[in-house]
Amino acid sequence: MKIRILNGKLIDPGSSHEGEFDLLIENGKIAAIERQGAIPKQEGETIDAKGLAIFPGFVDLHTHLREPGEEYKETVQTGCNAAVAGGFTTICCMANTHPVNDHGAITEYILGKAREANGVHVYPIGAVSKGLQGEELAEIAEMREVGAVAISDDGRPLMNGNLTRRAMEYARNFDLPMISHCEDKNLSSEGVMHEGYWSTRLGLPAIPSASEEIMVARDILLAELTGAHLHIAHVSTKGSVDLIRRAKERGIRISAEVTPHHLILTEEALQDYDTNAKVNPPLRSEKDRQALWQGLKEGVIDCIATDHAPHDINSKNVDICQAAFGMIGLETAFSLSLRLVESGTLSLSELIEKMTIQPAKLLGLPAGTLSMGSPADLTLVDGSRTFRYYASLGGSKSHNSPFDQCEFKGKVVMTLIAGQVVYTEKKDDKKD
Amino acid sequence: MNNGWQKRHLLGIQGLSATEIEQILTTAASMKEVSQRPIKKVPTLRGKTVVNLFFEPSTRTRTSFEIAAKRLSADTINLTANTSSLTKGETLVDTARTLEAMAPDVIVVRHSVSGVPHLLARWVRCSVVNAGDGMNEHPTQALLDLMTVKERKGKIQGLKIAIVGDVAHSRVARSNIWGFTKMGASVRVAGPRTMLPLEIERLGVEAFDRVESAIEGVDIIMMLRLQLERQDGAYFPSTREYARFFGLDLQKLRQARPDVMIMHPGPIHRGIEIATEVADGPYSVILEQVANGVAIRMALLYLLLGQGNEDTNP
Ligand SMILES: [Zn+2]
Repeated sequence: MKIRILNGKLIDPGSSHEGEFDLLIENGKIAAIERQGAIPKQEGETIDAKGLAIFPGFVDLHTHLREPGEEYKETVQTGCNAAVAGGFTTICCMANTHPVNDHGAITEYILGKAREANGVHVYPIGAVSKGLQGEELAEIAEMREVGAVAISDDGRPLMNGNLTRRAMEYARNFDLPMISHCEDKNLSSEGVMHEGYWSTRLGLPAIPSASEEIMVARDILLAELTGAHLHIAHVSTKGSVDLIRRAKERGIRISAEVTPHHLILTEEALQDYDTNAKVNPPLRSEKDRQALWQGLKEGVIDCIATDHAPHDINSKNVDICQAAFGMIGLETAFSLSLRLVESGTLSLSELIEKMTIQPAKLLGLPAGTLSMGSPADLTLVDGSRTFRYYASLGGSKSHNSPFDQCEFKGKVVMTLIAGQVVYTEKKDDKKD
Repeated sequence: MNNGWQKRHLLGIQGLSATEIEQILTTAASMKEVSQRPIKKVPTLRGKTVVNLFFEPSTRTRTSFEIAAKRLSADTINLTANTSSLTKGETLVDTARTLEAMAPDVIVVRHSVSGVPHLLARWVRCSVVNAGDGMNEHPTQALLDLMTVKERKGKIQGLKIAIVGDVAHSRVARSNIWGFTKMGASVRVAGPRTMLPLEIERLGVEAFDRVESAIEGVDIIMMLRLQLERQDGAYFPSTREYARFFGLDLQKLRQARPDVMIMHPGPIHRGIEIATEVADGPYSVILEQVANGVAIRMALLYLLLGQGNEDTNP
């Protein structure tokens, strides 16, 4: 089975391709990347990518699939549908399912569900502690053996410094990065948004920046002590960026991610008490947002990750204190992040790097680039097309997005995994 | 006759202009006259339904709204959190839909979480009046405070007011900060730093660490109610220490002007945030505040619902 993708503009920072190239896919793998017109006509299919950009399928290090346990919010399958609609072909799913992914059988269960889905490469992240209780280590080595690529107690921050230290030592033993959701629960307490001018104005219980930064600092020191690879999830404050910058300068094995929503929104998004803008860590101040842009540009923050967190409507149609934290993000990640290119902060190639090869490298995933012989996982994007995003028309089972009905520029048109078309934009979308 | 009021909801003082506040105060003054008649009832809102939706108990505010509605001949329905239609597990949207079925004209809502009236206003067709939401606003309280000050001092513009106590958790404080600053008064806040929220100065107020310096030279002192359970959150060490350093007693009052006016939204913790001699003293207008509450609430209901009722103006 052969497919030619012609007339597109390939941007693949992982293989240093940037320009007009035609691609030949054979048996699901990249068989040729040639100057336009150089691939002879073959039997099989031709995809005309005129006017479109071709990127390696995006890689997300931070997805919440709600299976097992909360299948009414998202299943592995619907999460994978959302992924391809957003151009993602590789996703890493967090361990806070019910039951928690804290031993090999659950890891295997998730992988089994992923095999029945649309081909998206799903890499489970194992829990650090049993049941995310922060008390005893989970069976980390066994999860790794089954297929876990990192460990994290995301969603239930590790308050116990000693357990965190032991987890890092143990993770290093098995060459697994430790992904840290940095939050001092005592400081964040009952907070629902960033502490600052807007929380004062809105009268909402709030989470100070220090709640995150104290734990970033602690984990950096523990990474230094243990030599483990520490990856900081969803960096949200200027102080965290500064701490990570200094840690990198000191040669500590640390990497970091930022979400599109922290890059685009600020605390002001809560001004009408929109529960869909309630996320953890909270949307911060404009000063923080600018520091995140700067950090990403400088490479202090290595990559973009979605923190796609589906919640059903009943978890959000309540008062803001009761409402669940989180927003979906796979389907809006590229369009939102493209604003950094529009503003001149990143080149398109730098952005794609931070959504493909960079995250893949951090966890050692065989993904994020299109070299000869690599699986033909790619996405075709119309970078100039504006469209209106409707959360309810997406692949995710949940629709909790503050961007619902927003106008975006840059649309994922088609996604292929192993040379199979797994997503084409719905005809209806084109009206807009 | 159209009364000229444009807004459908009263969600906070934050969203009102000085002109609108003025209009409410003027209307309230004529409503107060109704309350002083032998027959304290006018037919203005006959046939209208006011739902009092209280997720948090508050006999004072609810009763005040109920009296206000009844004096204008509206029908009132009281729903509190323990009535069957507001059972746990029901989302706010469900509650809104249930209420819609009763076809009310106004929903007066009190909730322990900020923003609930705003969410409700998005889902119902009728007017929503905020009777206190979390730590955000308590607009009718601020309006009645403004009315009381205006009656006593003849103006608001140019006055100095000190708001003292747990500003961080106080909706009364926030509404009064918006109200007094909009009306041209200058506002100071004071209290333990644990209870002054970050960047409070950006709301246009001056923040003080000490009560003594905050009340120096002011025309009005507004003492806030201390929520005793805040002690568990490490906001203050003991009620004893709080009373001594942040409560208003005769000793501290010596720093204030001789004609200072003392307000409190009630109910008072005597001997904690305000000493009994001060609460019952000659400067205190606490009972007037209660009387003006009914007038303000009548004025609001009239402004929100009175449009189109040609023959029934009070
Ligand atoms: Zn997290």
